[in-house]
Amino acid sequence: MPSAKIPKRSTDTDMTPFVDIAFLILSFFIMATKFKPPEPVEITTPGSVLSQKLPENNAVMISIDSANRVYFTVLSDNDQNKYDQIIRGINTSQNLGLTDAQMANFRKTYLVGVPFSGLKQLLDTDFKDQPKLSQPGIPVLDTLNNQLVWWIKEAKSAFAGEKLNYLIKGDGLSKYPTFYAVVQALKKNEEFKYNLVTQLDDVPVGSALYKAEQEKEK
Amino acid sequence: MASIDSGAEQGGKKGPGVKKAKKLSTRVDMTPMVDLGFLLITFFVFTATMSSPTTLDLNMPKDIKKQDEQTEVKESSVLTIMLGKGDQVYYYEGKLVVDATGNNFKQTTFKGIRDIIINKKKEVMDRYYQRPDPACEAEAKAKGKPVSNCADKDFVVIIKPSDDATYKNTVDILDEMTINQVRTYAMVKIADVEYELIKKTEESNGIK
Repeated sequence: MPSAKIPKRSTDTDMTPFVDIAFLILSFFIMATKFKPPEPVEITTPGSVLSQKLPENNAVMISIDSANRVYFTVLSDNDQNKYDQIIRGINTSQNLGLTDAQMANFRKTYLVGVPFSGLKQLLDTDFKDQPKLSQPGIPVLDTLNNQLVWWIKEAKSAFAGEKLNYLIKGDGLSKYPTFYAVVQALKKNEEFKYNLVTQLDDVPVGSALYKAEQEKEK
Repeated sequence: MASIDSGAEQGGKKGPGVKKAKKLSTRVDMTPMVDLGFLLITFFVFTATMSSPTTLDLNMPKDIKKQDEQTEVKESSVLTIMLGKGDQVYYYEGKLVVDATGNNFKQTTFKGIRDIIINKKKEVMDRYYQRPDPACEAEAKAKGKPVSNCADKDFVVIIKPSDDATYKNTVDILDEMTINQVRTYAMVKIADVEYELIKKTEESNGIK
């Protein structure tokens, strides 16, 4: 018996819609992507239910990594002179004897995590190579030698008359005493309001906050 | 030279001088384009940082040295929460009592602490509803605030993270305050007695 003949169909498919969708998704991701600034230290922040946005300018960020090392960052994209003011202030108050070139490099330094004694070496390093440098962290735990106090003091005077936000970005695994020392350093500078950097979590269903939000929506 | 085609031979079949252009298909092979497209998608999906960080406000009080300037709270409406090693939470209501008749120092986890806060808040509010304070309610009304603000005005949570607590624990407990809408809370350094008690409990429970 002769076998039934199956008509040979073309294996070609029209890929146009497929390509359309692919490029649609592609353009979405290109738009939505905001490149992370190079972060020399990996910090995993804990979650919180608050959806307040993070201020990105006029802020001082104090980072605590998982090994309890403290780093200091100034966020001032609008006014680069603030960087110069801060490092000049530190140079004078601590008698570090930094050169102009070293102080100019502070603008590009993403974060400082060295004691004053190591600042010269850090600022001598090109900003591209700084992430490779292992920074021991700013000493904070010794109440008599809490160097973060000085950094905050200089930042405060550089931003005098403007609103300055204090961001504390701690790793979830860092220990409480370091965080407490950071808060103490801020308190010594008469600063009592801080922002803790967190990741957004969902509000637990049925909690008091959940009910309050539901009522607001009504 | 051999590749140059005069075309005369082709045309010669139909007639001299009539050239017919070869009809090319308008279909383009899109496979390489799709390949590239998806490669780029994969790249952007991986590099995209979708969740932007948020912030949690923290207000610390000024250190007050003078005794008479310090805020007094009602003992019956205070809940003290301590954070220990290994995500453990310890708490007591009112004053810490440790004697032979038993103590009010209890242990729980981050899951359990929510109910304890809710219950304590309810207890404080119920006590208020039995003896409402008209002066406070009138003031709240005048300021346009909900009257329920008066009911839990006495409720205070004191947070005492121990040296073994992690930063995550601290943020979690502050978050718990927001979730349960505790309006008055304070972060205080842990007392030695309490730290000793935590250590003892940790030892007996084998938490490292």
